[in-house]
Amino acid sequence: MLENRGIPAVSITLLKEVTEKVKPPRSLFVPYPLGFPLGRPNDPELQKKIIIESLSMLSEEVTESLVSDFIDK
Amino acid sequence: MAKISDMKMKYRIFMKTYKYRSLEWKSGVSLKKPLKDSRIAVVSTAGLHTPEQPPFKTDLPGGDFSFRVLPEDTDLGNLATVHPSGSFDHSGIEADANLSFPLDRLRELKNEGRIGESAPRHLSFMGLMLSPEKLVEDSAEEAADIFQEDQVDGVLLVPV
Repeated sequence: MLENRGIPAVSITLLKEVTEKVKPPRSLFVPYPLGFPLGRPNDPELQKKIIIESLSMLSEEVTESLVSDFIDK
Repeated sequence: MAKISDMKMKYRIFMKTYKYRSLEWKSGVSLKKPLKDSRIAVVSTAGLHTPEQPPFKTDLPGGDFSFRVLPEDTDLGNLATVHPSGSFDHSGIEADANLSFPLDRLRELKNEGRIGESAPRHLSFMGLMLSPEKLVEDSAEEAADIFQEDQVDGVLLVPV
């Protein structure tokens, strides 16, 4: 929807199985439980790492659904 | 790591039998400027709303496809949620709304010069929509109108 208006979007995903069916333009798969999309509460550094990694995907022109894995180094 | 096979049985059956929709989207779209100069908006599905806004309805057949506009100066400590889903642990979001609606993080990233700015309006949905047709036909178009009006450069979707 947003891409059709020229606005790129990226989704955090907790369930890769669902992402593979829905095939959104860009998603960052994070290895956390449901309800914890940005990792851990009150952990600003981890939350920012996840946000920056997902937002950096907005610069990619995608032609098919792109899924990247977040690894907390 | 979250897996459908680890969910409670009623959610597992639902997730396995649900007919997922995959929408067509225009390929070749990307940020038109560097991230450090871009205006970023967030869409959360944690069912968050301000105390002045009506809560999401939990008894609508097919789900509540409406959304709430959360302005940039929203105080995260004041947000309420009525997300009724027992499919996930709500304790994290209750302890820190940034976990699904990272407004404080966007403000920090702006101050650190890593994004241009946090958009004037962000959006909150509830998720749990069993018949998302209305969402696609109405709410998603309205949401896109808002982001276009606000000249948003890129959007971060944070489902719970």
